[in-house]
Amino acid sequence: MPIKSNRLTAEQYEQNFSDIHPPFDSRESALVEANRCLFCYDAPCIKSCPTEINIPKFIKQISTDNVKGAAHTIFVANIMGAGCSRVCPVEKLCEGSCVYNLLEEPPIPIARLQRYATEQAMEKKWQLFSRKPATGKKVAIVGAGPAGLSCAHVLSREGVEVTIYEKEKKGGGLMTYGIAAYKVTPRFCEDEVNYIISLGGITIKYGQELGNNITLAELKAQYDAVFLGFGVGLARQLQIPGEELEGVVDAIRFIYNIRAGVYEEVPVGDKVAVIGMGMTAIDAATQAKRLGAKEVTLVYRRTQAEMPCTEAELDLAKLDGCRIIWLAAPAMIKGEAGKVTQLVCNLMQLGDPDASGRRMPVDTGEKFILEVDMVIKAAGQIPFEEMVAANQLQQMQGRIIAEKNGATNIPGVFAGGDCVNGGKEVVDAVQAGKLAAHAIFDYLHS
Amino acid sequence: MADISANFLGIQSPNPFWLASAPPTDKKINVLRAFEAGWGGVVWKTLGSQVKNVSSRYSAVNYNGTKVMGFNNIELISDRPLELNLREIKECIKLFPDRAMIVSLMADNTREKWHELIAQVEDTGAHGLELNFGCPHGMTERGMGAVVGQDPEIARLVVEWVMEKATIPVITKLTPNVHSVVPTGKASVEAGSNGLSLINTIQSVTGIDLDTFVPNPYVAGKSVFGGYCGPAVKPIALKMLATISQDPVTAKVPVSGIGGISTWKDAVEFMLLGATTVQVCTAAMKHGFRIVEDMCEGLNNWMDEKGFRTINDFIGRSVPHLTQWEELDINYHIVANIDQTKCIHCGLCYIACEDGSHQAINLQYGRPYNTYTIKEEECVGCNLCKLICPVDDCITMVEQRKGPDYVNWKEFQQRGLPLNDH
Repeated sequence: MPIKSNRLTAEQYEQNFSDIHPPFDSRESALVEANRCLFCYDAPCIKSCPTEINIPKFIKQISTDNVKGAAHTIFVANIMGAGCSRVCPVEKLCEGSCVYNLLEEPPIPIARLQRYATEQAMEKKWQLFSRKPATGKKVAIVGAGPAGLSCAHVLSREGVEVTIYEKEKKGGGLMTYGIAAYKVTPRFCEDEVNYIISLGGITIKYGQELGNNITLAELKAQYDAVFLGFGVGLARQLQIPGEELEGVVDAIRFIYNIRAGVYEEVPVGDKVAVIGMGMTAIDAATQAKRLGAKEVTLVYRRTQAEMPCTEAELDLAKLDGCRIIWLAAPAMIKGEAGKVTQLVCNLMQLGDPDASGRRMPVDTGEKFILEVDMVIKAAGQIPFEEMVAANQLQQMQGRIIAEKNGATNIPGVFAGGDCVNGGKEVVDAVQAGKLAAHAIFDYLHS
Repeated sequence: MADISANFLGIQSPNPFWLASAPPTDKKINVLRAFEAGWGGVVWKTLGSQVKNVSSRYSAVNYNGTKVMGFNNIELISDRPLELNLREIKECIKLFPDRAMIVSLMADNTREKWHELIAQVEDTGAHGLELNFGCPHGMTERGMGAVVGQDPEIARLVVEWVMEKATIPVITKLTPNVHSVVPTGKASVEAGSNGLSLINTIQSVTGIDLDTFVPNPYVAGKSVFGGYCGPAVKPIALKMLATISQDPVTAKVPVSGIGGISTWKDAVEFMLLGATTVQVCTAAMKHGFRIVEDMCEGLNNWMDEKGFRTINDFIGRSVPHLTQWEELDINYHIVANIDQTKCIHCGLCYIACEDGSHQAINLQYGRPYNTYTIKEEECVGCNLCKLICPVDDCITMVEQRKGPDYVNWKEFQQRGLPLNDH
């Protein structure tokens, strides 16, 4: 059977894409967990959070029924604290360093508690921040993703007028377009963006793409400073024969279609191969399964020890019934009548460590064939190298070179998030935007 | 198997666990269920002139998610007809002749009323009487309860009236709403009371509703001070019990200990400070009568481990360990030690010592885990870190005497030994 949509009933779609980490049912259940928190001093969880949320403080605030205070504690460090509570790989961040792990006890469910506080803030539209008097300064931000929104919020609080230029129709960036729908719904992402900009002083102009509708030179001329947070875009090509066949899609596009449209309309194959083992690969594989694919196989050229996704994500894929083939590098995609029929893989073995410190996969010379009708490429994304180069930004393989505070080689132009780090977590982008906002504010007043 | 039975002034009970005078002992149906569950005895809810109660009656203090750490009531003495109570008491004694049946009394304040009530209760076959001189609410406004217990001379007078009439053992229940329980305890014993029980509840306001501003418990927009009990009051009760056990007059009579007892361990602590039996209320109100099973089994196992054959082998055993501050050995010195293999790096010891004690813990920064070590020269051996540490036996206190000989404060001064220089 070929690639097709409408494989399931409405109920099945509903069930497959429902919230994977349901919130606490009640105040009591949240308090049971909040009261377990030891309220550590100089807590390991804070140090393991890229945005350094004061986690023990907000949990204590939940336990004293000061949920408003808890939400403020979270948002002051991370304005996307609501979204992060759903998408952060907490098992390798805050929850992974909870001291309860050292007692062989389950860690505090920090993400779920964070969701408990932030969700109430969003639902009840608590306005937890106010703007300082207008400074008369104007800042342009490119990209309404986590980095841009975080930067915008801090600047607006300081009395700066912010205009965000966003190429898509909605804000949120990869949060809105690049993450599995069972983690955050498109509706939630929209609410989150609206909640953030409800502070005032932030205008988002949609359908505005750098290098297309606007130029950096124009922004520099019209604004006192510019922040670039346009992320990474293009899926890394496999550069193997057959990549042009019908049925070969990139994971970002695949996930984008799921999130931008309706589940019923997203086509998926019977037998799907997903190439890669990062978070995006997992999101693509699990969602392919949840759209009704009969067999989904994740193909990764290294082993579990080197995989970029977390154990929890791997478990998710396994629980969804995805098969995993380690030490398999795609060599060729074969097709009939222009459509994918087979994925040919080289069997690898691990050799010496490469530049990343991970052992390099080496071809054993053996091959095997997977019968598939769809191949999803999730071998990473590549930066907007041309655009970066065209704007005289110093760069390394398309990634903008910026200081820790976001300053680039061009005075008044700052950058942060995926366009600088090449593609990390939402929470990393939020932190980059926050740090850049402080640097921009200093720049505006120097 | 140890023998956990108790003999209190000749009143036998198969175990030392009695239910205190309270709602769980106010009618036959409860008391029979308690006896079936295994309670050694009950103190029937206070009898006197029939009263009327209000709604609501209870409130509680919760702590870090634990419900009813402290409990408060504004209920009065029995609001059922006296004749009904007397009939049911008789029936319970008949059905469970091996259990202790004590009846709590609070007569109107005349000799005749007390005599009349005692005669009626003795007719039921009850084994003992408990005089309620402690109820802190409702009855005090009528010149009864704590008003009697708070004035040793009034207590003495009422006990004298009682002793003129009573032919069965009399236990006087003391109120804690005094600076010391000893004066009333002493007066009661001198007036002939055969035993004592303590403590009754402590006057309290458990909390206030932050929306209505009305304290708890809420009665039509108002509240009153209630009587506080439950686990929160145990340390206060133990101290008061200890003073009764230390006083030469009150130490002569047996004591039934009351105040926040929920487990066999709590009970043993009361007994170590001189109680022959213990009375339980809040824990039974919270969990039901079934808790007595573990109380009996736990006491039994502990006695077997310690080699105690009967409860008399350990009653009062901790009393001599309580002394005056002036007698404490100043040369005794301990310092904290952190077992790094057990430490989970929560930092709670550090911040407690830093902000709350003697800045005697080092913090060596790590990502994400800091390392904490003791500055032995700064440690005063206060126990704070050990008390706060969430891991069992991670922090221990190690003895490092300042000198081999016993030196108390008086000798310390006489010898002109040096005080701290910082």
